[in-house]
Amino acid sequence: MRERGAARFPAAMTRACYFAASAALLALVGIAFAVGRYPVSLAELFSVLTGQPVGANVEMVVLQVRGPRVLAAVLVGAALAAAGTAYQGMFRNPLVSPDILGVSTGAALGAVLAIFLSQEIVLTQIFAFCGGLAAVGLVYAVGARLRGHDPLLALVLTGVVIGTLLGSAIALLKYLADPYNQLPAITFWLLGSLAAISPKDIWYSMPLVLIGLAPMLLLRWRINLLALPDDEARALGVDTRRLRTIVIACATLMTASVVAISGIIGWVGLLVPHAARLLVGPDFGRLLPLAMLIGAAFMLAVDTLCRTLAMIEVPPGVLTALIGTPFFLWLFALARRSW
Amino acid sequence: MLEVHDLAFGFPGRTVGRNVSFTLAGGETLCVLGPNGGGKTTLFRTVLGLLEPHGGTIGIGGRPLRRLGRAEIAREIGYVPQGHAAYFAYSVREFVLMGRTAHLGTFSSPSKEDEDVAGRALESLGIAGLADKPVTEISGGERQLALVARALAQEPRILVLDEPTASLDFGNQVRVLERITALARSGIAVLFSSHDPDHALLCAQRALLLAEGRILEIGAPREVIRADTLERMYGVSVQVVPLPGGAHTCLPAIGRVL
Repeated sequence: MRERGAARFPAAMTRACYFAASAALLALVGIAFAVGRYPVSLAELFSVLTGQPVGANVEMVVLQVRGPRVLAAVLVGAALAAAGTAYQGMFRNPLVSPDILGVSTGAALGAVLAIFLSQEIVLTQIFAFCGGLAAVGLVYAVGARLRGHDPLLALVLTGVVIGTLLGSAIALLKYLADPYNQLPAITFWLLGSLAAISPKDIWYSMPLVLIGLAPMLLLRWRINLLALPDDEARALGVDTRRLRTIVIACATLMTASVVAISGIIGWVGLLVPHAARLLVGPDFGRLLPLAMLIGAAFMLAVDTLCRTLAMIEVPPGVLTALIGTPFFLWLFALARRSW
Repeated sequence: MLEVHDLAFGFPGRTVGRNVSFTLAGGETLCVLGPNGGGKTTLFRTVLGLLEPHGGTIGIGGRPLRRLGRAEIAREIGYVPQGHAAYFAYSVREFVLMGRTAHLGTFSSPSKEDEDVAGRALESLGIAGLADKPVTEISGGERQLALVARALAQEPRILVLDEPTASLDFGNQVRVLERITALARSGIAVLFSSHDPDHALLCAQRALLLAEGRILEIGAPREVIRADTLERMYGVSVQVVPLPGGAHTCLPAIGRVL
């Protein structure tokens, strides 16, 4: 009927993208360890990692300060990108971020409540994690009861209104908070930061992220069908309601586990999946690993800039927005008609 | 293969049609004709198990539809919806491969054999050349053919096509009708709807006239497609004209709209 067109996303291109993203991530890890207030050479880094004796200062910086922070950036970036990838496919909308069902707002309310009550860091993290899960649970429970509407539209609209409600609760707590102690802590948390990461945080958060990731990897083919209109996916043999519930649960678990240790970091979950899709196309199995690699690299680059740009730490949420906005507009202007 | 008995159908809280009964055997083609809003799509969605029946029964291969899971239904019935909104740039090949989902394990991805099935489906519709194009960048008619290919990749025993010719040019309309005829000859039961009574006369063994959710008439196209039934359904004046060679065609009388 028409001449044979060249594949738009050839396998060689996909491999090249994986390779380039992995190489970039590795290089950034090296740079992130090296730069900072206390410079560490690559030789010193290598010595620490292979267990050879180096100065106690170097070992402390690598293992206790920068190591956890690098790991956290990789974890946060990869998890937010994975959750965003799943949500964009499922909501059939490339402008969707992992926050659409209120996970970040719920986590924020939990964290703000904990700061308001006690200032204990562990409590803040637990409250943030539970707040994120609870918010999405509430949105899902309400959204699923609104029968007779497009189920996705019902979910999104419920997410928007409940998110607004939670937002006003946050505003109320900020208003009531002690302006000298609690309010700065709240503001700090809402802007996100990896400055206070401890190795323990990674140990709690990483397994939860992996638990959320495993079903996504296993169901990678099926998740593609959620991008079809609901009727079509069901007629092709997919129980869309069940699959959607699984994907929402996984994405929420991943997002809540990282937001609990990093605070709110916007843009990564929206921007990165979008960029990855332009490179390798929408197939979830191909897209997910690349989005996670790019997400990890992006977050690590941002965090490294945050702690080296100025004398004080720049909040990463500010930097992701500063980089994200022009990059997104550029992508949007460049993009072909379709995603 | 498909038995519909005294079916009442519609949306939750709103019944659109009732008292619909028909059967469809393998190798048979049944064309549903009826005005816009007459309930054709709703009937099809109910037969596919996408909407709950409001009454009556649907049987597939002797088994009641409500006892079958989604994947079981998908292995029995392929569905070609009326037009498709493409959101993401899946290639036509990937899109057609999605038709294999009901044959795959929950955690599996399509195998080489699945790709072969999809490839044959593409070839049988003459769109193998589009395999690497994104579904978002092909024409509406090509997308319609890709939808048919996807349903064929399901390897179903029953094929339900909702106005498969609606967005096609004349040549592609004929191609799809030819394809429907060939599929029926290979033993598949075909249920399709059309806005053109000539399509029923051309390639269906039976026609079902559906107006306001009820069966007006059902039977051989030549017997049920008459000037009076078409006038009742569509509210326009039509002649059914015999052609040399024994075929018939519907000829609207312009200027005499009722």
